[in-house]
Amino acid sequence: MGLVMTQNDWNRGRIALAVYAALLFAFLYLPVLVLVVYSCNGQGVGGFPPHNFTLRWYSLLFQDDAIWRSVGNSIVVALASVLIGLALGIPAALALDRASFPGKRAFRRLVLLPLVLPGIITGLSLLMLFREADVKLSLATVILGHGTALISVATTEVYASLQRLERVQEEASLDLGANYWQTFWRITFPHMRLSIIAAALLIFTLSIDEIAVSFFLIGRENTLPLEIWGRLRRGITPEINAISTIIFVFSLLTILAWYRLRIRGKGETEPFQAAEPLP
Amino acid sequence: MFSRAYKTWVTLPPLVWVAAFLVLPYALMFAYSFWSVSAAGSLRHTWNFANYGQLLGREVYRQTLLRSAWIAARVMLFAVLLSYPLAYLLSFHTRKGKDLLYQLVIIPLWVSYLVRAYAWKTILGTDGVLNTSLQYLHITTHPLHFLLYSPFAVVLTLTHIYTPFAFLPVYAAMEHIPRNLIEASHDLGASALQTFWRVIVPLSMPGVVAGATFAFVLSFGDFLAPLLLGGPSGVMISNIVVSLFGAAYNWPLGAAISFCMLALVIALLWLSERLEKRWAWS
Amino acid sequence: MQSDGQALLADGSADPLLCLRQITKNFGRHTVLRNISLSVASGEFLTILGESGSGKTTLLRILAGFEQPSSGEVWMAGERLDPLPPYQRKVNTVFQNYALFPHLTVEENVAYGPRVAGVSFDEVRTRVADALTKVRMLSFKSYRPANISGGQQQRVALARALVNQPRLLLLDEPLSALDANLRRQMQVELKALQREVGITFILVTHDQEEAMTMSDRIALLRSGELEQVAAPDEIYCRPATSYTAQFIGHSNLLPATVRQGMARTGSLAWPANVPDGSALFSLRPECIRAAIATPGAVRFRALVLDYAFHGASELVRIETAESLTLTVRCPQRGLLRGHVELEFSPEDVVLVRESAA
Repeated sequence: MGLVMTQNDWNRGRIALAVYAALLFAFLYLPVLVLVVYSCNGQGVGGFPPHNFTLRWYSLLFQDDAIWRSVGNSIVVALASVLIGLALGIPAALALDRASFPGKRAFRRLVLLPLVLPGIITGLSLLMLFREADVKLSLATVILGHGTALISVATTEVYASLQRLERVQEEASLDLGANYWQTFWRITFPHMRLSIIAAALLIFTLSIDEIAVSFFLIGRENTLPLEIWGRLRRGITPEINAISTIIFVFSLLTILAWYRLRIRGKGETEPFQAAEPLP
Repeated sequence: MFSRAYKTWVTLPPLVWVAAFLVLPYALMFAYSFWSVSAAGSLRHTWNFANYGQLLGREVYRQTLLRSAWIAARVMLFAVLLSYPLAYLLSFHTRKGKDLLYQLVIIPLWVSYLVRAYAWKTILGTDGVLNTSLQYLHITTHPLHFLLYSPFAVVLTLTHIYTPFAFLPVYAAMEHIPRNLIEASHDLGASALQTFWRVIVPLSMPGVVAGATFAFVLSFGDFLAPLLLGGPSGVMISNIVVSLFGAAYNWPLGAAISFCMLALVIALLWLSERLEKRWAWS
Repeated sequence: MQSDGQALLADGSADPLLCLRQITKNFGRHTVLRNISLSVASGEFLTILGESGSGKTTLLRILAGFEQPSSGEVWMAGERLDPLPPYQRKVNTVFQNYALFPHLTVEENVAYGPRVAGVSFDEVRTRVADALTKVRMLSFKSYRPANISGGQQQRVALARALVNQPRLLLLDEPLSALDANLRRQMQVELKALQREVGITFILVTHDQEEAMTMSDRIALLRSGELEQVAAPDEIYCRPATSYTAQFIGHSNLLPATVRQGMARTGSLAWPANVPDGSALFSLRPECIRAAIATPGAVRFRALVLDYAFHGASELVRIETAESLTLTVRCPQRGLLRGHVELEFSPEDVVLVRESAA
């Protein structure tokens, strides 16, 4: 005889699960909360309870040229990575969906590999390439690294949406006299549009945040995470809390923007497919 | 149905790019691992196994490798154990607010890795939020020193970072379980608990495998959290690689270790793919 | 090699629009079409009929240009068709489940073809309006496909194809997604529309009733080979093979031995103008009737095994004295019960070729 739960047990089980979920969320959000609270703490980082609410750290931050320079660099890197990621990720998704060529399986695995590979391996292997090719490290090398590592994001997102595009849609278009180019822009592209936007947003955020690959490929100009990293080594300051809070707010805004888009496109694509492996 | 030209144009550019910026660098890494550095610090392109010999022979590498694996294993275990019940609750016992809760799990993923690791540092430090809170509440009188600069801090931080990663595939796998199977199970007389163990757990295994692989692989290769929070007792294998590429200036030895890591990761991915396929039941 | 397509067109009399010459299609080692040769006249309504897996959809896709034949040629109006990509063929398709573009309105769907062809804006408008009027969907022009019914989607799909003024219209099981009543109504409409526009239609279906009601000719496809190509009444009354006889309507197959102009199976015997030896004959259930002493008819006694009600008639299974089981369609319910005396006319017995297993 197996276990049989009574209605009472069952409700208790549900309550236990809910309590558990609340604790887990507390764990997930504690650091974020601490970050935000202490970005306005007059006494600096740490020290409980926080007191002396202040915006001093923010005003210090706004006068900090090095930080803003690195923010600018990060945005340039992220935008360029989005371009590379889409320019290669979309064709790669099309190729995986509709072409057959020798080594296709290996190709698929290779494209996806950087997403699940510790950044240090991607970073170091490219570092060796650049050194052998005598390429000086700069933001350009960081862009190459990010772009290459994040092609997989565009590929997974777009591939998933292509899987939902019935082949007959494109056949109907060809049948009606549209050539491949017209068919791509009139049928395939509108279908992929939302997944492309999702991929662009994801690549942008992942690149803005990326540190492990940048760590090895950076030249003189710092990206924001590396700038923060450099300061962390010198010691903790609430300025970092302030910039982190700003990044967090921007991330939230990005998610919201994405949701507005998604509601308009009604379930055309699921976000964060990148986290699921390709079928 | 697509013309040969169409297929060529979509295949060739990514293929060339992947060859140039993924295959070639990995191959180069492999080549480097057989080279060596002269006393003057210049690279010698002579082929030998000395680096791999060192890797196997020296205690410090073996120990660090084991420690990294042990830290990664704990992170994997905690990430899966933490996210599984939540995924179950969300997928099977939440109707209202399901989307919102899902988003709440995802949002921390959008918060910078570095920022989160840093936040833990401010929480766990000697004068950190946790210690000062404990003293404020008169639970402790002196700061607890084992919190920061220990493997514990690394495991805690990495668990925090990779739990949402583990959650995603587990949740996706649960969402893919056809609901009529649950009804069929109840119809055949199984209780909720029995249904959980006999239907939901086996059918969500592919997600668990994927999530566990993510958590293990990514934390195994991490070098930032240990640098920030690990202290001397929390050094991981990637930290050694970083120092070999930096101050120690022994790229070939670093490449050998990296290549072993790459091989290990690929082996793990292969294994997890096999397991996922086997447990996909279709 | 001299092409039939050109020869026939130059000749003018036969005027076939479409010529398929020995089309074979392999997918890997699997052969789905074998040596298909067929010509279709201009303005004809041809139905390709077959079970699922018979290769009928593949044949259609070869005509549309989505598949390349492994060997053989397709000619249309004196032009080699098979090397052309789909978008360069004056052929349009009504797809199974219609394949309307979900992100475009009804009007934009219909305008798709003319627009990509670079037709001027004003002309696109009038042509789209004409096409939508023809299928009585003009008032739905700003709807999206998801918001109209299956029958309406069907009409839009037709308009979308016809607006391009194709030489040939392909219809891939266009009615299979509709319920029975609507399907019958659409069969009539489709046939009327085809007469009106005068375009050659090739319809693919597995529904023999649909094929019978709509087509000028039926091409029956079986396991990738053409079993018979003929007008509906001919294919019904004079099936060439045992498969045709059984696939289209019901049929009794009579394995008989022929000697000196007489075919014989058990005690049944009828005159047959066939060489001596064993032969297979088909006899439709409605050709067997209660004996009324028609001159020249073959009479026999039988026992009714069971019967099933079929609306206007009754299908009765009987067994002859030699344990030969036959099906009889009886227009009157309850007429045939117990031991009965039946007859059929020898001219209703059709010699058929035994189809390969």
